Amino acid sequence: MIQALFVLFAALAVGAAINVVVQKHVLYSALSLIVLLVAMSGLFILLEADFLAVINIIVYAGAIMVLFVFVIMLLNLPEDEDGTDRLRWLKFVGIPMGLFLLFMVLATLWQTGADNAATTQMPGTPQAIGQALFTDYLLPFEVTSLLILIALMGAVVFAKREL
Amino acid sequence: MIDYLTSRDFLLMLLKMFIVFGGLLGAFAYLSLVERRVMAFVQMRPGPNRVGPFGLLQPIADGLKFLFKEQVHPTDANKWLYLAAPLISIIPALLSFAVIPFGPALQVTDLNVALLVVFAVGSLSVYGIVLGGWASNSKYPLIASMRSSAQMISYELSLTLSVVGVLMLANTLSLVHIVQGQEGTWLGFIPRWNIFLQPVGFIVYMIAATAETNRLPFDLAESEQELVSGWHTEYSGMKFGMYMLAEYGNLTASVCIATILFFGGWNGPSFGPDWLRMILPTIWFVMKISVFIFIYVLARSTVPRIRYDQLMRFGWKYMLPVALANILITSLLVALS
Repeated sequence: MIQALFVLFAALAVGAAINVVVQKHVLYSALSLIVLLVAMSGLFILLEADFLAVINIIVYAGAIMVLFVFVIMLLNLPEDEDGTDRLRWLKFVGIPMGLFLLFMVLATLWQTGADNAATTQMPGTPQAIGQALFTDYLLPFEVTSLLILIALMGAVVFAKREL
Repeated sequence: MIDYLTSRDFLLMLLKMFIVFGGLLGAFAYLSLVERRVMAFVQMRPGPNRVGPFGLLQPIADGLKFLFKEQVHPTDANKWLYLAAPLISIIPALLSFAVIPFGPALQVTDLNVALLVVFAVGSLSVYGIVLGGWASNSKYPLIASMRSSAQMISYELSLTLSVVGVLMLANTLSLVHIVQGQEGTWLGFIPRWNIFLQPVGFIVYMIAATAETNRLPFDLAESEQELVSGWHTEYSGMKFGMYMLAEYGNLTASVCIATILFFGGWNGPSFGPDWLRMILPTIWFVMKISVFIFIYVLARSTVPRIRYDQLMRFGWKYMLPVALANILITSLLVALS
């Protein structure tokens, strides 16, 4: 059962990810990204990380992607003017970078072995995650929140300048 | 896999699904009648009372009409998204009921993050409105979907923050445990409901939930006077019917969560023979929901709509700080006690 669900969600995730890149229209790409995020949440649930799965949907699919879709609709770009002409040289950088990333992921997988990857190391309950965040990883947690605060203030400064 | 599909657990779950979702879909159909009748009484007119006794067969007539109406597509609409949008709207609206407990035994599935599942699914419901408005390729629906996405994002923050106080008191995200934590009474007659501990959280929750479900006075996405009928202007027949079902689904889900978090869920006096004790919790739960829905309908027929800039200002400048202050004070009290 879990095997079948894994194949389903993984196929959905890969298909949606390819669709994000292939689609000509930006809105379709954004929608495929949402499908990808939902499929990823399905994979998280199969790894018994319920909390992570739900937070993934709340934050990314439910809030950030709504903003993306909002902006795309506001601009309402025609299909052929997506601005890729100016970014053509990115292809030559992008392909080696992508291959490098794939190599890194595969190398890590070979090193640790796919079997004992993420499962059962830590229960995915909110209690366990809270415990870990506020004891072992307190400093990284606080530093991250400070970073986000600075980014927020930066965004406000940029927006105010144009008002 | 075959073993699992024929096991007792699976069949029991199927039965629960049929009871919960069948009952809900029937209830949503009749909610439309309740809404129209109650609004009519408030406005001193009879309302739909021709089909059957007291108009009780009206939802069936409406459903038949939805089904047999000619399917009209706007010429310039984005065909696939236009057809998919009502489905994208109704699936999240129904999905959240999978984790809502209607009684100690009547719950499709229990998760330790059930409350977050409801919020996650609710945050996806905006796409149905936004895509429907955009795919129609018409100016009023587009304005409606713009408004809707901005409104949903703004009020989702307050909605999520308003329940944090309850979660700190209950120490769990599981809806069943939250309800069990509210069993019993104080001083023998005051029920141990969270409303008495978290009145501010409850008020913020109710206002934010009204905005999230696009109900008056926050139905800016549908305001008939400005936008014809908002994001579903170009929809008719069963596609419009699905949007309506989704609206009632979202409304019922948010009311269920309010009942579970603040009014003790299925808790209530238990008496009588065994079979009565079995179904009484569900009856209490349904009664509490009905009161809430009645209040929503009354609000719809009495409160005027607020302006769009007022809506945004209210959400960010009043609701959010109040919700945050509530969290601060609650956490202080929890830490002290």
